[in-house]
Amino acid sequence: MNQSLIQLQGIVKKFPGVLANDHVDLDIKPGEIHAILGENGSGKSTLMCVLAGLYKPDGGKILVNGVEQKFRSPRDAIASGIGMVHQHFKLVEPFTVAENITLGEQGNSFFLSNKDLKARINELGKRYGLEINLNAKVWQLSVGEKQRVEIVRMLYRGSKVLILDEPTAVLTPQEAGELFGNLRRMAAAGCAVVLITHKLNEVETIADRVTVLRQGKLAGVLEHGQINAKEMVSLMVGRVVASKYDRDSSPVGGVVLELDKVKASNDMGLPSLREMTLCVREGEILGLAGVSGNGQREMAEVIAGLRHVESGKVLLNDRNISNLSPRTIIDLGVAYVPEDRLGIGLVPDLNALENLILKNYHQPEYSGRWLLKSQAVERNAETLVKQYQVKISSLRQPVKVLSGGNLQKLLLAREISSSPKLMVVIYPARGLDIGATEAVHKLLLELKSHKTAILLISEDLDEIFKLADRVGVIFDGQLTGDFPVEQADLEEVGLLMTGSCSARERVNVDEPAHI
Amino acid sequence: MNRLIFKLEKRLTPSPAMVFIIPLISVLLALLLGAIFLVLTGEKPLTIYALMFEDSLGSKYGLTETMVKAIPLMLTSLGVSLAFKMKLWNIGAEGQLYMGAMAASWLPLTFPYLPVYLMLPGMLILGMIAGGLWALLTAIPRAIWKVNEIITTLMLNYVAILWVDFLVYGPWRDPKGSNFPITAPFAEAARLPGLGNSRIHAGLFFALALAVILAIVFKYSRWGYTINVIGSSERAARYAGMNIKRNILWVMFLSGAISGLAGMAEVSGIIGKLQHGISPGYGYTAIIIAWLSKLNPLAILIVSVLFGALQVGGYAVQVEGVPAAVATMLQGAILFFVLGGEVLTNYRMKLFGQKGEE
Repeated sequence: MNQSLIQLQGIVKKFPGVLANDHVDLDIKPGEIHAILGENGSGKSTLMCVLAGLYKPDGGKILVNGVEQKFRSPRDAIASGIGMVHQHFKLVEPFTVAENITLGEQGNSFFLSNKDLKARINELGKRYGLEINLNAKVWQLSVGEKQRVEIVRMLYRGSKVLILDEPTAVLTPQEAGELFGNLRRMAAAGCAVVLITHKLNEVETIADRVTVLRQGKLAGVLEHGQINAKEMVSLMVGRVVASKYDRDSSPVGGVVLELDKVKASNDMGLPSLREMTLCVREGEILGLAGVSGNGQREMAEVIAGLRHVESGKVLLNDRNISNLSPRTIIDLGVAYVPEDRLGIGLVPDLNALENLILKNYHQPEYSGRWLLKSQAVERNAETLVKQYQVKISSLRQPVKVLSGGNLQKLLLAREISSSPKLMVVIYPARGLDIGATEAVHKLLLELKSHKTAILLISEDLDEIFKLADRVGVIFDGQLTGDFPVEQADLEEVGLLMTGSCSARERVNVDEPAHI
Repeated sequence: MNRLIFKLEKRLTPSPAMVFIIPLISVLLALLLGAIFLVLTGEKPLTIYALMFEDSLGSKYGLTETMVKAIPLMLTSLGVSLAFKMKLWNIGAEGQLYMGAMAASWLPLTFPYLPVYLMLPGMLILGMIAGGLWALLTAIPRAIWKVNEIITTLMLNYVAILWVDFLVYGPWRDPKGSNFPITAPFAEAARLPGLGNSRIHAGLFFALALAVILAIVFKYSRWGYTINVIGSSERAARYAGMNIKRNILWVMFLSGAISGLAGMAEVSGIIGKLQHGISPGYGYTAIIIAWLSKLNPLAILIVSVLFGALQVGGYAVQVEGVPAAVATMLQGAILFFVLGGEVLTNYRMKLFGQKGEE
């Protein structure tokens, strides 16, 4: 077994209220592709930012080639041969590729002629199959090409360890296949590649070794040959605590929401929902499990009328609501608690009074033809804040000062008080502490007892198994599983979430695009 | 080693005291900066400032002139504040004023014998529509393609000013005007009545009424609420089912219409004809005023009077051989300090020692 290139020992990183990394070890060898696997919030990115010199650890050691190093900035990390390609590229759009690659390099550009530089970059690119047009402006490039520029930039600076943060999240399957071919070639040339991901199928196809994190702690390391989806899921998810809530088992009613082969694109114009089909009944919670980025947000937006339906139908009580205006859909009784509480669900700079009438300010209850009925608005806010136990010092304070839990309660108060027929909630407890999480869950269960159909989108299986009557799985914009909760098997759901049981191979790694 | 460092800490809510103190200190600092400049050019700043004050606020004539300047400032500031409320950066009040003046002038120039009850309302409506449409020209691309309205509104200012120049130098020039770039004088029916015998005209009441209306709209109306939400977070507004495009079009149209009204009031109330250079940059000063007033319509009325005084005072000191641009410089300096001081309303300054190296 050869010597480690990088060793992280007992890394601790604290953020206010969160222990992001709790004594994590990591060991990277030259020539390997090492995957760091874990759910959102498990501390993968934090750990890599520590390694790349962006965060200073609160404890632990970083060893490069067996020698302890202290990184004060990314520059130090780069000097030690560690380069990171972020999910959001850090390129200067109006500059050319060549300028971006040499950007920040001091002391050479003056005397080294452009020609020599370009020849050096081209040589690098050829060696790893990363060919790019050096004279193109970055804004002209596709996402995949931009990523290639980032990688070449790191190689140009002499990186021996390349960290990629969810590199395939922004790529098409073809581009991803190409990227993996290039990474293989780099590893073969003696570099180490560290891949942050939560996609199991990618790990299976490309990784030599896997380090799994769970809730900031090291959950396990799998060597080559031990890597299989089942093993990874059990490390990632852990064991679920038994259901704590008393489930209301009264029979469900008729179908309220039905999606019939809905197709829609994401913000980048790439297909996101591919013939999504599902239904939710009256008085039922459908828990839709899935790794984020598989079309959840797009689906919620399609239902709320905020995203264009390209084909297929969205039916609410048998009425086709696809591509109706958001206002019409709200008035038909669809409530929606979006992922971004502050910024979409609530207006940060407005106060609680104003935020609580966001969706019904135009109704005769709260306004006449011209003026708002300020007394009714105030009464409404007072009642809701008391009823939903929102901790707030003044109704006239901008809501951005509230904590996450209180924001979510405020948002739910508004949405639930509209007595909706359908409630769509997405990641309702993300970032909340245990108390707030429980309060949110209780509100959803109570809503269910009022015969509302609830679509609960979450990546927290614990949450889904506690609340849902039926468990669905979304992967790559399709429903890949649908079980009554009693028959749902945690491991099976976990596997479906990562696409492992899906017949389709998303990424073809065996054939590199070009040699 | 110990060293002191400053750190800015964001305040959760802007400090209420600072909201009042900052503009005050800004004005004082601007006067101080102006004084340094005056000393350097060999003037006595206190004498100049006293003269400026005397001639703008200290006499009946001065006060009248100050109000005359304040009226178009009030109207254009109210106009832009409406757009600013929705974070639409309409900096085209100057052009909208010119287009309003132009359209309002068309009526008395074409139909000089209309009775007053048709003439004045007609001019008013034409002026407002023209100013509104001029602003709408930028609102449409903004609503549909998100074309930056700062650029388009600014550019259209030049078009509007030159268009009016073309008219007064060309087709609309008064043949009896000894080649000056002016149109024929309007008929008496086309003149806004004045306050008593003074040059202060009925435009003042337009401004007062509009300020009250806007104050109510911003604070108590359903539409004002919509504007507020859209201005604060467009994504939240869309989520709440608000029609953002329609609101952009309306807000810009009305914002332009108010500036158009300023143009109408200017030609009808003061000049009595259309001519080259009818505004010394009211539409630009309006941006400063709206900002200093924190988009509060009633504050706009007061600040406009102060800026009117500054302008009149600037003209007054010209007699002493000091360039009138002193006033413009002071305006700029005030805005500069207010924007700088903005940091202190939103952030808290912390001073602390730090041990050793980071």
